[in-house]
Amino acid sequence: MTAPARSPATGPAISVNNLTRRFGSFTAVDNISFEVAPGEVFGFLGANGAGKTTAIKMLIGLLAPTSGEARVAGLDIVKQTEDVRRRIGYMSQRFSLYEDLTVLENIALYGGIYGLTNDEIRKRSSTMLQSLGLTDDLVGRLPLGWKQKLAFSVALLHEPAVVFLDEPTGGVDPITRRQFWELIYAAAQRGTTVFVTTHYMDEAEYCDRISIMVDGHIAAIGTPRELKQKWSVLSIDELFVRLARPT
Amino acid sequence: MSQPDVIVENLGKRFGKTEALSGVTFSVSHGELFGLVGPDGAGKTTLFRILTTLSIPDTGTATVLGLDVVRDLWAIRSRVGYMPGRFSLYGDLTVKENLSFFASVFGTTIEKGYDLIAPIYRQIEPFASRRADALSGGMKQKLALSCALVHRPDILFLDEPTTGVDAVSRREFWDQLQTLRASGLTIVVSTPYMDEAMRCDRVALMQGGRILEIDPPAEIGTRYPLPIVSVVGAERYKLLLALREAPHAHSVYPFGAELHFTDDRANLDPSTVAAELREYLISKNFSDIEVKPIEAGIEDSFMELMPPPVQRAS
Repeated sequence: MTAPARSPATGPAISVNNLTRRFGSFTAVDNISFEVAPGEVFGFLGANGAGKTTAIKMLIGLLAPTSGEARVAGLDIVKQTEDVRRRIGYMSQRFSLYEDLTVLENIALYGGIYGLTNDEIRKRSSTMLQSLGLTDDLVGRLPLGWKQKLAFSVALLHEPAVVFLDEPTGGVDPITRRQFWELIYAAAQRGTTVFVTTHYMDEAEYCDRISIMVDGHIAAIGTPRELKQKWSVLSIDELFVRLARPT
Repeated sequence: MSQPDVIVENLGKRFGKTEALSGVTFSVSHGELFGLVGPDGAGKTTLFRILTTLSIPDTGTATVLGLDVVRDLWAIRSRVGYMPGRFSLYGDLTVKENLSFFASVFGTTIEKGYDLIAPIYRQIEPFASRRADALSGGMKQKLALSCALVHRPDILFLDEPTTGVDAVSRREFWDQLQTLRASGLTIVVSTPYMDEAMRCDRVALMQGGRILEIDPPAEIGTRYPLPIVSVVGAERYKLLLALREAPHAHSVYPFGAELHFTDDRANLDPSTVAAELREYLISKNFSDIEVKPIEAGIEDSFMELMPPPVQRAS
């Protein structure tokens, strides 16, 4: 894939300040603050129910915060929600592509939604098929791993500043899982900021930095190496267990 | 030695052009915790559906508790516990109503099964009047397991019980399975998480409808055919690309904080490979790198055994 030129970054790709979301008396996200640098691969970890999904929904403009603020690609998630959505990509295991459309039809559809010209769509379609080694076929007929790689490429179609990946590799075979991470690295090298969640703790080690959420708070944040040193653990898996189930 | 609880011989099943299962053969002993490990599309769910009499094989035979899965379906159904993927609970029934329902389908009551399900069910009992829809993933999983156990089955089939569940809850779930196994229950469980294979007595590695290998988890790595070394260093992506260019590179994959490098010279000593590789990386201006011979793990083995994924011909 050609390396899209990006405007030089002027600030953090994501900055979160005292972000809070309550549902009734329950505080799902409790006053969290962190920053993600442009081109960084940031792993957003936490147990089920720790508040990850709520936090992501706020960052992509699907849920309003109760208090606090956040900027994504320099844009305010509350005041500039529409602009934020144009500057981000999103994929999850559940929401990806239309199974009864072909690969090219999916690319054309999303390209159209993102406001690309027909010419741009044609160009990017052929580079995408080539780099993924795909031929045009109904998406429903592709193996899961291929669907996920395609969904990731489609999420990058409009060259977003930040791409949010919610458990992109769940259920995927170990080779495809690793190929997927190489796509992530390649995107990050081109300057895209990657914000990713996963339940595979080995994948946490592939991130430049990670945070671990526990009960709505960020209990740990740093490079995998820093965190392992700080907590005297051999792996992020060990740290995760220790933080999520304090004894 | 009594007859195995599950005997599967040469099982095959097609859906249109797709070969969901092909030539699948294995057996599970009484009291064994047997794992089917493989990604989505490996054929795990099709196999479970045949063993629980919900689907009929095209070829081959299978018996569960000595009963034929095609002829003796009613006798099998009352004696197996089955937890399907995505849990299949009734979302608009409460926790307790779900459990009562599953008990009554099997002509029993919660009370009669209580001591068996207690270690699991007690954790969700405080939420007995909550609708199943409103439970967290981990609680749904515990309720589904309780529902599969309440009629005191002789064998338990669990289809991806930990998919989408966080690393800590997964660990706790496996602790519960070990407890059930210790009580003498035979358990067949599938998972896409390779690390969970370590908790089984034996595992079958599955991919594309076929079984690649069946072994106790500790033995799987010992059959690895090539020398394998671990490489650790900064600038990992550059390191990975450089290792792929190394002479005799067979495969290079990231593994957590490490990279695993396999050499295509099968009979070479891994420490020789490590020494050569260190030289090579220094010549490519990498510094502060650590290269050491290692034993292959289950994911190394799986990746070596699995045929390369290909796009299905249209």
